[in-house]
Amino acid sequence: PLGTGAFTEETGQEKQDAQEKGRAVPPERAEEAKLKAKYPNLGQKPGGSDFLMKRLQKGQKYFDSGDYNMAKAKMKNKQLPSAGPDKNLVTGDHIPTPQDLPQRKSSLVTSKLAG
Amino acid sequence: FSGAGGGNDIQWCFSQVKGAVDDDVAEADIISTVEFNHSGELLATGDKGGRVVIFQQEQENKTQSHSRGEYNVYSTFQSHEPEFDYLKSLEIEEKINKIRWLPQKNAAQFLLSTNDKTIKLWKISERDKRPEGYNLKEEDGRYRDPTTVTTLRVPVFRPMDLMVEASPRRIFANAHTYHINSISINSDYETYLSADDLRINLWHLEITDRSFNIVDIKPANMEELTEVITAAEFHPNSCSTFVYSSSKGTIRLCDMRASALCDRHSKLFEEPEDPSNRSFFSEIISSISDVKFSHSGRYMMTRDYLSVKIWDLNMENRPVETYQVHEYLRSKLCSLYENDCIFDKFECCWNGSDRQVEFFSLCTSGSYNNFFRMFDRNTKRDITLEASRENNKPRTVLKPRKVCASGKRKKDEISVDSLDFNKKILHTAWHPKENIIAVATTNNLYIFQDKMN
Repeated sequence: PLGTGAFTEETGQEKQDAQEKGRAVPPERAEEAKLKAKYPNLGQKPGGSDFLMKRLQKGQKYFDSGDYNMAKAKMKNKQLPSAGPDKNLVTGDHIPTPQDLPQRKSSLVTSKLAG
Repeated sequence: FSGAGGGNDIQWCFSQVKGAVDDDVAEADIISTVEFNHSGELLATGDKGGRVVIFQQEQENKTQSHSRGEYNVYSTFQSHEPEFDYLKSLEIEEKINKIRWLPQKNAAQFLLSTNDKTIKLWKISERDKRPEGYNLKEEDGRYRDPTTVTTLRVPVFRPMDLMVEASPRRIFANAHTYHINSISINSDYETYLSADDLRINLWHLEITDRSFNIVDIKPANMEELTEVITAAEFHPNSCSTFVYSSSKGTIRLCDMRASALCDRHSKLFEEPEDPSNRSFFSEIISSISDVKFSHSGRYMMTRDYLSVKIWDLNMENRPVETYQVHEYLRSKLCSLYENDCIFDKFECCWNGSDRQVEFFSLCTSGSYNNFFRMFDRNTKRDITLEASRENNKPRTVLKPRKVCASGKRKKDEISVDSLDFNKKILHTAWHPKENIIAVATTNNLYIFQDKMN
């Protein structure tokens, strides 16, 4: 809700717009309609769990060393199926290789703020 | 409120900018936290590459009485490194989420820095003399042949060029399953809390092998998860009181004297929602990204996506003041959701004050296009300023900026559609005693000062 306290030209304008629109849809609902039009399958739950689960799972990588080693043993000289162009999604049917996982090295360079 | 007269108006001028000029920003250089120490003499930044850079304010120049000391690099070190948890197949970023300074007790300075999983206590100490004249060792450290020693001398300390050393004194690890978002040092200066998405732990600064869990909001069934902890802070004066904010826009105040596990809050601060305004975005934009107590502890400031709110600890049912940071974005929520900007976590800060009375209080928080906003609680006036190298003439007052929400754009105004959403100011800090602010853009640190008359 538009709050009390600061008066700025921006909020003054917004209030005016809302009054003019009167019966029109508030901006947030209009934006929601836009989003639903683009993504009709978007979850029914407002905000909520999908984002939270994604937030909790940040950093999760999928690399099964067992699968990898067994596949390596079976295939021997054959080429291992490697990850597709989207290297960030190393999961599912193909066997990820260590090369597919993005390299994490610590910064060897000094921060440019100190330069 | 610049130039409008009145004793309390601050006229902000550019002072310094740190960091590279080039537009091609390496991920590691993205600034992730900014914090002044208790005296304001030191200013620390943390970045995505896990590095900490500390700046020190020069002693005031007596001849140039109209400019306060400049900040120059004092120390820089690698605080955290990237890790991989093989057991959980989890990549742990080295990004520094928060830095908090301890009050100074002796010659050395101490700070806590944290990434997603591990908190470290760093000691920053100066060395300006070294022992010379050993009997059995050469100056370069090689041992002398004892048979060549014919006389004895007493080694003495001789001055040397100042060397600032940072060493990790404590490592507080393995206490967080989820990602740490906050650390806060207690007013007892002996304990501190660390908060992740679902839990808050209490530590003693001397003890690294155990911590107490004081809040746990993890549901028995993760399918029932509806809310996460977004920030937490200890009360500035009451050592048993702390608050934590949530992704649903609530703040809970807890008292550790009430029980060992503070799952039941003592106070719940929540503004009733306007049901006619409810949309898919409502909960996302109500998520609180930062909470900060005022210096007296009577008030707290929270930042959600579009606004800054001031709460009186004595009133739980609504904030006492609300300030719009960039209300014009409400009609852009669809695209802000698509480009993930709606999840940006802006911080907020109070003006510095070594007085307990908050007669003169200002709130600062960042926005897009390298704009940042300031709100004066007394006059209810506000201002938008820009952190840009184009404004870099020292002692020239910064020109206020204006965003045009819709309709005719006046000269010097910027339309909402022209805003650069990649230029975010997420972190700002105010000097504890003087009118000096540090503002972090993506990879640069700006320092602004009050123009002294």
